[in-house]
Amino acid sequence: MTAPMPLLRVEGLSKTFRMYHLDAMLHAFEGVSFDLFKGEFLLLRGHNGAGKSTLLRTIWRSYRPVAGHVWYQSGLGDIDLANAADVDIALLRRREIGFVTQFLNARPRVAAQDIVAEPLLLAGYGQAEALEQARHWLDQFGVRPELWRAYPSTFSGGEQQKVNLARALILPQRLLLLDEPTASLDVGARAALVRRLRDLKSQGVAIIGVFHHPGDVAELIDREINLATRVVSEQTEREDHVAL
Amino acid sequence: MSMDLGLPALERAAPQLMRAEPILTMAGISRRYGDVTALRNVDVTVYPGEVMGIVGESGSGKSTLLRMMNLEDTPDSGDYRLRLPRRDDGNLFDLARYERRMLCARHIGIVYQNPHLGLLMRHSSSGNVAERLLVAGERSFEVLRGKAREALEASEFPLTRMDARPIELSGGMQQRVQLAKAIALEPALLLLDEPTTGLDVSVQALVLDTLKRLQRDRRITMVLVSHDLGVIRTMADRVMVMRHGEVVEEGLADQVFQDPQHAYTQQLVHAKL
Amino acid sequence: MSLSTLTKPWAATSYGFLDASAKRELRRKMLKAIAVPGCQMPYASREVPMARGWGTGGLQVTLTLVNPASTIKVIDQGADDGVNAASIRRFISRVSGAAETWDTLDASIVQSRHRVPEETLGDRQILVLQVPNPEPLRGVEPNISIARQMHADADYGKLWLTLYEQIVRKGRIMQGAAYPSMVNGRHVMTPSPIPRWDVPKLNMARHLTFLSAGREKRLFAVPPFTRVEPLVFSDRPYRVEDHADLVCRRSGVSGYFMNELPIDGGGSAFEVSDSNLGIKAIQQAEGGEAAIGPTWYRNGEFSA
Repeated sequence: MTAPMPLLRVEGLSKTFRMYHLDAMLHAFEGVSFDLFKGEFLLLRGHNGAGKSTLLRTIWRSYRPVAGHVWYQSGLGDIDLANAADVDIALLRRREIGFVTQFLNARPRVAAQDIVAEPLLLAGYGQAEALEQARHWLDQFGVRPELWRAYPSTFSGGEQQKVNLARALILPQRLLLLDEPTASLDVGARAALVRRLRDLKSQGVAIIGVFHHPGDVAELIDREINLATRVVSEQTEREDHVAL
Repeated sequence: MSMDLGLPALERAAPQLMRAEPILTMAGISRRYGDVTALRNVDVTVYPGEVMGIVGESGSGKSTLLRMMNLEDTPDSGDYRLRLPRRDDGNLFDLARYERRMLCARHIGIVYQNPHLGLLMRHSSSGNVAERLLVAGERSFEVLRGKAREALEASEFPLTRMDARPIELSGGMQQRVQLAKAIALEPALLLLDEPTTGLDVSVQALVLDTLKRLQRDRRITMVLVSHDLGVIRTMADRVMVMRHGEVVEEGLADQVFQDPQHAYTQQLVHAKL
Repeated sequence: MSLSTLTKPWAATSYGFLDASAKRELRRKMLKAIAVPGCQMPYASREVPMARGWGTGGLQVTLTLVNPASTIKVIDQGADDGVNAASIRRFISRVSGAAETWDTLDASIVQSRHRVPEETLGDRQILVLQVPNPEPLRGVEPNISIARQMHADADYGKLWLTLYEQIVRKGRIMQGAAYPSMVNGRHVMTPSPIPRWDVPKLNMARHLTFLSAGREKRLFAVPPFTRVEPLVFSDRPYRVEDHADLVCRRSGVSGYFMNELPIDGGGSAFEVSDSNLGIKAIQQAEGGEAAIGPTWYRNGEFSA
């Protein structure tokens, strides 16, 4: 094969939650493997509870995988996200990997434009340039200019989500994880999101997404993975209970 | 990889990509007070510009650990190093009292939960900030005043009250004076010991916001101790969970809160929800 | 050989009133005080026939220094003729056989409360200052153990802070007497309640100064040619009292530290505080032989 190395190679990734207070195990997914190349858009499919969001969060390392590897070609070198040091993950999150959820973590008394500009400031951009870009993207996602200086903690859910998207997508990443970003978005903002994703994709950003309505981004999807096909066998379950 | 899901041993993968050296390294810190073990073999590593949160219930050793970082106490064993520009002090616990005092005055700022510990209540607020500079040898009145004003402003303290005595101020304002004093000399390390505990919720949010701003604008490395998970969650990049003088879990803040590995952490997180 | 040939004849008290062991202890502490300028040395303050707080510290140092060839001058706020000054001077000369004088130039030991004489002291003279409170840190640190640690660490930030606070609150430094001063670049001392006018006289002086607190049982020293620097901000210079232009209403001298006397109708009259200087000036004006020695100030400007 002459194919290039994938940006992301997931090998046998498994996630199990152990809940001590219930003295129980919860299996999210097991043995997930796939490759993701630069500029590829991968859709995660599966019924509710199949572990789509959990897989995203495991790659993002909000969840610690229990087995497997997530080989990632970072600009700084290759690394296994599944076993990397926390500080390396924090570094990659600041520079290369983005995660977009449907919730804005709005801090009180911080203006919308400052929230959006923050990733640029952290990445070393100047104050003026960061602010200018922040306003540009707030505008693109349809946040009215009179709200730019207001505090998003007082916004409606829809407006908050626009601020959230502007913040999450302002910095070009290498890898973008999308967790149902279109929920509660109006038509205009949804179109802006698709435009931005198309731009990023053409710049070579690899994207993994979970969508309620994949139709929104149908034109961008290169491949799909159906998590529902990877059912955890009863056999394994019983063994684990014995192991408890 | 095995599926052994017993209590996970606390393993710290070595950084591969992070080029910066840690600014704070503590290794094997143990301390007993009589029969009570306050700290048992605690390791801490903090990188420049990050906020390390330390959570745990009362008596977990988190405040003791912070006092050690401020060189107010010496452990029975352990090694503590700070990476400071143009100096190498070795294990800071080997320093004499005088050297410790000078090092802390110049390079470490601390904000206590109780402002009486950190402030001279009957001197002016600006004077409290100026004292830090006086200890470091500043002898120009105008420079003292200017720097005090600057630090108070950065702490979002109303300058019209810069000469009011802390005893005349509200709790939130007192914490801002402590903060101004702590950052006046641009410390390498800012230690926060329950900085917002005891404040009204709205005031607490404002003080935390000031801290966030300072962290963003000045990239001050912080170690934040709190029993309040909400505070830690808002502020910290990484979190250490302590119990009975030991670190039971360490991880990225969102991971510790969303996917706690240790039984005690799960109990802590769920109790919060 | 009998016991009487081996012992001294009976006397009511030892020479110089204090017994030999008391004087030996004081001598040791005084030498230590010279060795570490400005550092307070504790000593076992003995009973003397005078109430604590009336100069017992200075008296014990003087009694230790005195010998039959000494000439003693004792002043209280600059005056030789106050009841307390006269009593102390007479007591010292009675128990030691030392000569008494009012003239600064003749004195070998000057014991003083709250003033340094205006005529320059020389290298054969010793100044003994009576000190009510020897601890400059008392105002900022009531715990003596901690204050001692602060001295050991040269931790004077809080002391500086009180000066900062005075400027903030009053626009200037209000400390009138006992101005805290750094000795030999290391220990901060209180120079006893001498006015600011007198502090520069201790800096790089030719004479030796002892400062002794009998009630507080501590003494310290400024050896000859030792730096004594008042604590001041670099942009707020040290200022002495504005007495340069005041004229003594009795002797007519000017350019010295004056006592202010309220007069009928609300104004003030001034008399030179160093009373023997005034006496000599009057004697000179009346054609007498009195010689005024060189002084520390010229036209109100310090110029030693």
